Amino acid sequence: MRIAIASGKGGTGKTTVAVNLAVSLAEQESVQFMDCDVEEPNAHLFLNPRFTGRRTVVKLLPKIDEAKCTHCGACAAACEFNAIAVLGEKVLVYPELCHGCGRCRMVCPMDAIQEVPHELGIIESGSSRGFPFSHGLLNVGEAMATPIIHALKEDLDVGRTAILDAPPGTGCPTIAALAGADVALLVTEPTPFGLHDLRAAVGVARVLNVPVAVVINRDGIGDDQVAYYCREEGIPIALSIPFDRQIAFLYSEGTVLVDAQPEWKGKFLALAAQMKGMVA
Amino acid sequence: MKSILFLSGKGGTGKTSLAGAFAVLADDKVLADCDVDAANLHLLLAPRVVDEGVYQGANLAVKDDEACTGCGRCYEVCRFHAVSSSYEIDSYLCEGCGACVTACPVGAIELVIQDTGRWFTAESRLGPLASAELLPGEETSGKLVAQVKQKAAELSEVANAERLLIDGAPGIGCPVIASASGVDIVVLVTEPTLSGLHDLRRIVGVVRHFQIPAYLVINKEDLNPSVAKEIGAYAKEEDLPLLGGVPYDPKVTEAMVAGRSVVEEDGSPAGAAMRSIFARLMERIA
Repeated sequence: MRIAIASGKGGTGKTTVAVNLAVSLAEQESVQFMDCDVEEPNAHLFLNPRFTGRRTVVKLLPKIDEAKCTHCGACAAACEFNAIAVLGEKVLVYPELCHGCGRCRMVCPMDAIQEVPHELGIIESGSSRGFPFSHGLLNVGEAMATPIIHALKEDLDVGRTAILDAPPGTGCPTIAALAGADVALLVTEPTPFGLHDLRAAVGVARVLNVPVAVVINRDGIGDDQVAYYCREEGIPIALSIPFDRQIAFLYSEGTVLVDAQPEWKGKFLALAAQMKGMVA
Repeated sequence: MKSILFLSGKGGTGKTSLAGAFAVLADDKVLADCDVDAANLHLLLAPRVVDEGVYQGANLAVKDDEACTGCGRCYEVCRFHAVSSSYEIDSYLCEGCGACVTACPVGAIELVIQDTGRWFTAESRLGPLASAELLPGEETSGKLVAQVKQKAAELSEVANAERLLIDGAPGIGCPVIASASGVDIVVLVTEPTLSGLHDLRRIVGVVRHFQIPAYLVINKEDLNPSVAKEIGAYAKEEDLPLLGGVPYDPKVTEAMVAGRSVVEEDGSPAGAAMRSIFARLMERIA
């Protein structure tokens, strides 16, 4: 089973929920942790994994063989991303726009295009507290996060309950992380910003046909509109975590909540049981 | 005109709250919300939409099943796993590159342009606003960000604005890079948590990569004074000017619930801190 933790709005507590869910559940069954927020991964700061594997994720960039190129412009015409331009006798490649699809190479009548790997980021894998942990890291200055998320998901082990910490937002990286999940836990805060972005996240999960439940974090800081929305939409509120400076402080130090306050373990186990009930 | 972009790396550190405060305090400004995945700035602005449009930002490969002979060339060439082993095209995985179109020997696949979002321009109580909304499940937020910036540039020209205040997205990838291109100043908003510092280092890497002058604000700085100190030391080491800290203050959320910025509330410590941060930045860039 795959449980994705997502949110729409950033900073609502995805990593807190994902980490505590994994740590609590690991005492009962085989779990696996995957931090899919490859732009800003944070789960390792809480789980302190020991990494044993490291691999790079690349995209293939076109390289023009000037000796063979006739500057016919077929590559530039075929590129949907404006990543190649032919200006007179010069062919310019814009690496940041290139998606690495290989179409330019396919259309070149002179066979003048080769492809060379360009590193987008890395994947580190290992273990924490006896369960597999992996995360991806987009290289600073690179724009494309999704290939790293897809590569990371190749590590999914069907024999384990996978906890996937998704990136914030509703765009391509979030879709890449959510696709194929059995259930998505959407973490929000009870504020107008939290509600607005929760609606967007629910929209994404619905088009991907992933059932959702909500976790309200920092409960008590704003208003009751999130709870009202969930009732109207028939979305279960699976857990509420009150606003508490001590919980915020533990987070700031990289301390796992259930380690410091073991009474939370039962709540996270109940949350996992509810997720399983939604899938069954 | 100077453009000021708010970024953070980590989400939820207070970018929009600070951008909203600056929107109250700055004169002659235009506002833009480049967090098209999860746009929130308008919730503080009571905007009235003046113009809007559909944005078509992506292609989708569409296959004519009648014409398809099941040869499997599309499956072989697709590098995004968007063609299944039974040669169905997954619209969420398809990047719209057209490699399958080129490969198909019978011309059974074509690229169809998709509606991926809506852009808006609005009049608001704090000035003209450009923003957008990504359609659920659609991609290319980077291109939609570029569209918002284009609309914001048009608004700025019409208004002859002195400042363009841009609320950015979390992360360091495509929408962030799209929002950062061509801006004059970045204000980085962090919080005193290990995650906040970790993510700050990465976003600083991005603004350095694009050589944009950057300034730092530590939000909720009293949450963990020792991590706040560590961030201060990092900023010094990085030559990243610290504009100041903002204390944790429940009035920030109270103001947000009321659709206002905290600088519009009386007696708010966070509001007072944001006022001095604004003044400090204006002095620096004057």
